[in-house]
Amino acid sequence: MSVDVETVARIARLARLRIEPEKMEPLARELDGILHWIEQLQDVDTEGVAPMTSVVEMTLPLREDAVTDGGIAEDVLANAPEAAHGFFLVPKVVE
Amino acid sequence: MAALTHLGLAEARDLLVRKELSSVELTEAHVRAVAAARGLNAFITETPDQAMAAARESDGRRAKGEAGLLDGLPIAIKDLFCTRGVKTTAGSRILGNFVPPYESTVTANLWRAGAVMLGKTNLDEFAMGSSNMTSAFGGVENPWRRRGDNRPLVPGGSSGGSAAAVAARIALGATGTDTGGSIRQPAAFSGITGLKPTYGRCSRWGVIAFASSLDQPGPMGRSVRDCALLLGGMAGHDPKDSTSVPRPVPDYEAALSGDIRGLTVGIPKEYRVDGMSAEIERLWDQGIDWLKAAGANVREVSLPHTTYALPTYYIIAPAEASSNLARYDGVRYGLREPGEGTLESLYETTRAAGFGDEVKRRILIGTYVLSAGYYDAYYNKARQVRSLIARDFARAFAEVDVLLTPTAPTAAFAMGENMDDPVAMYLNDVFTVPASLAGLPGLSLPAGLSGEGLPLGLQLIGRAFDEETVIRVGGVLEAAAAFDALPPGLEA
Repeated sequence: MSVDVETVARIARLARLRIEPEKMEPLARELDGILHWIEQLQDVDTEGVAPMTSVVEMTLPLREDAVTDGGIAEDVLANAPEAAHGFFLVPKVVE
Repeated sequence: MAALTHLGLAEARDLLVRKELSSVELTEAHVRAVAAARGLNAFITETPDQAMAAARESDGRRAKGEAGLLDGLPIAIKDLFCTRGVKTTAGSRILGNFVPPYESTVTANLWRAGAVMLGKTNLDEFAMGSSNMTSAFGGVENPWRRRGDNRPLVPGGSSGGSAAAVAARIALGATGTDTGGSIRQPAAFSGITGLKPTYGRCSRWGVIAFASSLDQPGPMGRSVRDCALLLGGMAGHDPKDSTSVPRPVPDYEAALSGDIRGLTVGIPKEYRVDGMSAEIERLWDQGIDWLKAAGANVREVSLPHTTYALPTYYIIAPAEASSNLARYDGVRYGLREPGEGTLESLYETTRAAGFGDEVKRRILIGTYVLSAGYYDAYYNKARQVRSLIARDFARAFAEVDVLLTPTAPTAAFAMGENMDDPVAMYLNDVFTVPASLAGLPGLSLPAGLSGEGLPLGLQLIGRAFDEETVIRVGGVLEAAAAFDALPPGLEA
């Protein structure tokens, strides 16, 4: 399969990345090259092989469902590009 | 006494313990060295005042007999570890002004052990790269040069600033992180030692995420002992990272017994790849002879899926990265570009302006392999092959105790080389990626010089959570190699 400009536009949209129009073509070529190189995995016989979920054999620990942190609204907002009254600010999304 | 900046981390520790040296003297020498070596661009942020304050406190603790494992030792921190109140950029424009209100677990462990921070080191953007050239803050110069050629070389990546700082004798040691080789490859390129621990050994909490199933913090230093000492200060169980393993931290330095008699070393035959330079092949054979001479048994083993490791990695790592980096949206922290006034355009323009080309490339690859219709063909297929790669290692480790391989297929290349072909750049990690996919510990140490006078590394790969054997064999290999070359200008 090959990656064309339309495919790049579609995945860029999914990834919320704006791509300059003049960068579309070269990017499509690069991604196509990388994906062709990756294609070689199709040669591997993986019949009946379980996909890896964790490299370390361990059961994920459970913890008590309790509040252990909080009351740090100022810290949470400290790096916000825009904040007011204890909230993050974004452009209006509902008219 | 040698120049204070030429001491090893463990040597400096011994002098501090014997009170023949104060942390203030040691730290001052390093703060000056950092400032004098700014041309390397190894640091994104220097923290000299904080370092001197920490050194004074350390001397106070030592006077009271309360010194920790790493007390008073000045080290550098890769700018991927969140440090409370100190700018943490991940080498990206999108986090160019990010000041974390919290401390990563690994750095918190280091400060608890008394270590002193010199600053935050440069890296490939979000640790994505093998040259340090993808950093939004510019490339890092390797202190090494080819003989008779003054062109600047890359220090490798992604932990390039940490590697250059340790090699240039401006930090006694440094933290790195390794996802596919980001500690070991720069260690090899810069003539220093680096250890990627077993996945789960060091907490990832507060380390800016690249590919969460692979990322692992680890030490970089100028000897195996220095790495063992530093790892002891970094490792440990952390309830805040659910993949952090609840195992006690051994005394890694004590593993350096110097005795590897009866140990079996495996040589994976698939690592003799086409295009490997003859001098690297010679060095590898030399390494085999050194280990044999020290009493180890050496045998060939097969890791049949080795050739599929890189393409597997370049599905899994970008897939995880595309998810992890979804958080950079210009709303809660980091850069914001307003776009055309809608939230949607704010996201898209912020991410377009904030991420560099390699990061965008990987986000797009990751988004593609996870998108509807391709998930099974790419992502699940890669996870299956990853299982096979891990099984290869498990079978080999039923027969051998440790594996010996080269660290990288070439010595350091010039800044600007290998930049036009992403796949050629990815091949740098051909020997380091397989162990990453299997979560295994890997150590790189300098074992010789190339014909052009550049350091070359050998890699030891161990069983999961058996850093001690890797360190023990590393100590023997290091003694045999007796690598004592210094970058030009640093000779005593």
